[in-house]
Amino acid sequence: MNQMLCLLCIVLIPLAAAGLALIHQGLGRSRSAAHAMLATVCALGISAIAFVLFGFAWAGFAGGPAHSFMAGGVHWDWLGAGSFFPNGVGVDPADPAGYTRALTLCLEMFAAGLAAIIPLSAGTDRWRLAPICLASAVLSAILFPIFAHWVWGAGWLAQLGVSFGLSRFVDAGGAGVVQVVGGLMAVSVAWVLGPRRGKFADDGMPAAIPGHNIVMVLFGCLLALVGWIGLDSAASILFYGVAPQQIVWVVINAMLSASAGCLAAVTVTRARYRKPDASLSANGWVAGLVAGSASCAFVTPAAAIDIGIVAGVLVTYMIEIAELRLQVDDPGGAVSVHAGAGIWGLIAVGLFGHFSDGTTGSHLVAQLVGVAALLGFMLPVIYGVNILIDHYMPYRVDSDGDWQGMDIRELGAGAYPEFVVHADEFVPR
Amino acid sequence: MRLVGCLLLLSGFFLVLAALVMLPGAQARVAFIVAGMGVEVLGVTLLTRAYTAAQKDQK
Repeated sequence: MNQMLCLLCIVLIPLAAAGLALIHQGLGRSRSAAHAMLATVCALGISAIAFVLFGFAWAGFAGGPAHSFMAGGVHWDWLGAGSFFPNGVGVDPADPAGYTRALTLCLEMFAAGLAAIIPLSAGTDRWRLAPICLASAVLSAILFPIFAHWVWGAGWLAQLGVSFGLSRFVDAGGAGVVQVVGGLMAVSVAWVLGPRRGKFADDGMPAAIPGHNIVMVLFGCLLALVGWIGLDSAASILFYGVAPQQIVWVVINAMLSASAGCLAAVTVTRARYRKPDASLSANGWVAGLVAGSASCAFVTPAAAIDIGIVAGVLVTYMIEIAELRLQVDDPGGAVSVHAGAGIWGLIAVGLFGHFSDGTTGSHLVAQLVGVAALLGFMLPVIYGVNILIDHYMPYRVDSDGDWQGMDIRELGAGAYPEFVVHADEFVPR
Repeated sequence: MRLVGCLLLLSGFFLVLAALVMLPGAQARVAFIVAGMGVEVLGVTLLTRAYTAAQKDQK
């Protein structure tokens, strides 16, 4: 394994967080822009500390200590059993395995942070800073490590082949471990918070609350691409042993799936609304990145384009259904982009993946088992944890804060103090 | 309704695990895995209904 290449890819991952932060705050209101950026920085910081101190012990690594039990004649490896405050991850130049463990810790630290900032998009304009920090810590210390161990830490999903004669569950770039887990956290947060005041009329019809800076959103898309390339490449090398010569295909596939997702969203919105919708097109770009990340090292460029197209089309309809039918107020579209496109990406591995063992059908079954674990186990656990945190530390800002904006209410100053404060566009005239 | 939705999600997950452990045949296993995912979809539907019903009650 080329450890320097891996490290180089890992240091690109924070750019994905920067990109998502710009997208989230650009799609929110101007009166909450500073709060959104500060929440992102706080969530990243807290999740890094929580993951390194506690989470990595439970996330574990291949060949490391793990909690397991025997059931049905099968060995179920369900949680890492390392020591807290990462003892034993030492960087001894004479111990290459120790350095690989340190790289795993570094990658998963950034990946946990990425998962923690995804729900900020669903809670924009109403989620208070203190519960954001607590929820990020719990996600990074407990929730993210559970699924990360199952997939990247040689847990039971990674051992489906050995245990049940199936292929192993494949998630090369973290579509499930990072994106779907973050997306499920986003839908739980949206359910707990409820919609912004003025978002839905009494008859359930949603009001359009446009993002305040679409230029920043689109710039965030470009930054996210670089970070995603880093995440896809590093995880492919570390967890799936992809050779450095093959990483160029990971880069090409990431670009192609993002491009296809964006162009599909442009085309769909152009056909439906007569003009392309910039925010939905940005969501299509990110959806392409999300969906393409699961299979980034195992599909042809043509398949990457197909995966991106489906993700781009899917996300435009999912965002509409979430808002119109399900009354979920998700300003940044995190639920559709990260959970929806992520699940599609995981299934696409089974449909389009090329593996040396040539067992495509078996891969599809393994991917379905992984999706079932995300929906059937992770969603109720994540939702329950959010309800619990909300009970002790209420998520939602008070009704005055809803109108004033989070910047004034929680930070005491706006993001753009020299701008004229415009009238509230949602008060009946 | 929320609790029942969460229990349905967990039931679907355990159905999938049971299919892996108890059914050696590929076709029966796939059928039960799909059935388990169907139960999970019912659970998600119930959770979304619980949420929309709560929103209506608040108005």
